[in-house]
Amino acid sequence: MKEDRIERAERARAKKAALGEDIAIEDYGTGKEHDALTSLDEIPEEYKQNLLDAGIEPSERERSGSFLQRDRSVIFSKVKYPGLELMSTADAIKKYGWLKEYLWKAIPVDQDKYTAEVELDQTHGYFIRSEAGARVTMPVQSCLFITSDRIRQNVHNIVIAEENSELHLITGCAVSHSVSSALHLGVSEFYVKKGAKITFTMIHSWSSGVEVRPRSAVVIEDDGTYVSNYILMTPVKSLQTYPTTYCVGKNARATSQSIVYASGDTKIDVGSRAVLQGEGSKAEIISRAIATDNARIIARGDVIGEAADAKGHIECRGLMLSDTATIDSIPELKATRRDLELSHEAAVGKIAEEEIQYLMARGLSEDEATSVIIRGFLNVDITGLPDALAKETKKMFDMSLEKVM
Amino acid sequence: MLKIKNLTVEVEGKGIIRDLNLNIESGEVHVLFGPNGCGKTTLLMTILGFPNYKVKKGTITFKGVDITDFTTNERVKLGMGMSFQHPPEIRGVKLGDMVNIALGKKEGEIDESMIELAKRLNIAVEFLNRDVNLGFSGGEVKRSEILQLLAQAPDFIMFDEPDSGVDVENIELIGKIMCELLDRNKLPSKRERSGLIITHSGFVMHYIKADRAHVMLNGRIACSGMPDEITKRIMEDGFERCVELCSVKGAC
Repeated sequence: MKEDRIERAERARAKKAALGEDIAIEDYGTGKEHDALTSLDEIPEEYKQNLLDAGIEPSERERSGSFLQRDRSVIFSKVKYPGLELMSTADAIKKYGWLKEYLWKAIPVDQDKYTAEVELDQTHGYFIRSEAGARVTMPVQSCLFITSDRIRQNVHNIVIAEENSELHLITGCAVSHSVSSALHLGVSEFYVKKGAKITFTMIHSWSSGVEVRPRSAVVIEDDGTYVSNYILMTPVKSLQTYPTTYCVGKNARATSQSIVYASGDTKIDVGSRAVLQGEGSKAEIISRAIATDNARIIARGDVIGEAADAKGHIECRGLMLSDTATIDSIPELKATRRDLELSHEAAVGKIAEEEIQYLMARGLSEDEATSVIIRGFLNVDITGLPDALAKETKKMFDMSLEKVM
Repeated sequence: MLKIKNLTVEVEGKGIIRDLNLNIESGEVHVLFGPNGCGKTTLLMTILGFPNYKVKKGTITFKGVDITDFTTNERVKLGMGMSFQHPPEIRGVKLGDMVNIALGKKEGEIDESMIELAKRLNIAVEFLNRDVNLGFSGGEVKRSEILQLLAQAPDFIMFDEPDSGVDVENIELIGKIMCELLDRNKLPSKRERSGLIITHSGFVMHYIKADRAHVMLNGRIACSGMPDEITKRIMEDGFERCVELCSVKGAC
């Protein structure tokens, strides 16, 4: 079985991805190991702001657990609450024989050269699991941090919410200022069991030399709920991702919200796909994309309805702030039977002059009015998060918006 | 308060207002009548300084300051306010945010004092959390506009059809708050705030007594007089006839 997986990965080593420009993986080195920390707070001062920018709290306050991977080394991993497990995926594979039932079950190992690379040269990633019935409302935080130049970071993350458990995860991906170029390959597999819930808030805080190819998939069983909030406000060289959520169980629910602000020469191809296989399952995909400078954004949304009484909706909105940027908005719907309901709305536009004037008539200057409108445009009501986390996510979002504007 | 002299205005190269003169003293409320397309809204937008409304000739003086070249927000800072007839929807910007902006706060929560203010206009807390003007009914738009003005408390307020699309119950409420905003509950000698109201139906005039009325025709103020008389003439004879009678007899 294991051999077979490696063989398949070997065969896919040169397999180009269906989307996104091709990256020469071998241009990036593997990097060196780093020493472990005894508390997250020990991270050198110069890196603290990087963590904060990615929504990671170095003090570990208000967190049920913390995980930090620096380049190819897990340098911190600690869980504070019962009912929750957190460790490096490599350690988890050694510890739990049953984990092979989950590895590469939501994503094919030979999907493309990036998944193959992660299998053939995996350097950790996080394993998080909430035990059956455990409802951990305080979020776990995990940070994938690149601090060395010209390296690749290959991680495989596995998140499992056992039956009737609840798990909230904040993941921050960050890069230090000294890094001029790097490659991040992240495979993430989420398993939401019967009646369980996972919320996943991810903040990408890359820089203009970093290439990023996340490969994510989610499997939701009966009455399970998965909520994803994705925030990307800083420039990136190129990023392509198209996470797929499989609502396999009855009444499985999936919500995906993404907020993207692309500036400079950023190239982003980001989407969200939901496959409704469970009776009465439901998916909602919401995205907001702003393109300025020479940025290129492709915003995809895809809902595939295969089960009775399934419901899916896509809402994509784009805002153009420059004549040299582009936004492609591509919503897709596919139905394979009669008794379901799929819909989408997509719009791309500029800031309306009359909105600016209206705000100026209430006393704002033109610049202030523009910033209020942009803030409003990106303001998606974050649903499904516990109050404290929702407030915090909002704060993180405001902070990162502040930075780019 | 407001002095307009020989004002000529173009919108997208087309002359809309020609040689218009208007004087509104401190403490006065004027009402502006006129058929559709005569330039009433253009006049208000020009006074407010919206960039599409190009002043070709003439001056606008506000509180003794020549504001002809001022930006909208500079005029607002001097104490000008407006209730829009068709304000735009702004996604993600809540009515509560607009009230805070009108209060001069760039950021802020919906607090008790705002909730109290909203209650006076029959506006529920949930409504403060809605994106401004998105899916608002005609009456809700008007109440939201007036709520923002209550927060802003300008010295000179323009109302563009505050009574259109408002049900009977709310028109009385709006009329009452407008009276308050325009110092109409005070003795005439104590009134300081001024207003300029556009109304088609004249409904709101049952609740707020104006000092002077004007009829606008083809981009000019064609006649002026006491509001009651002008209203009566327009109702009985129509705009054109009212103006004709005016020119024969002088003022109405």
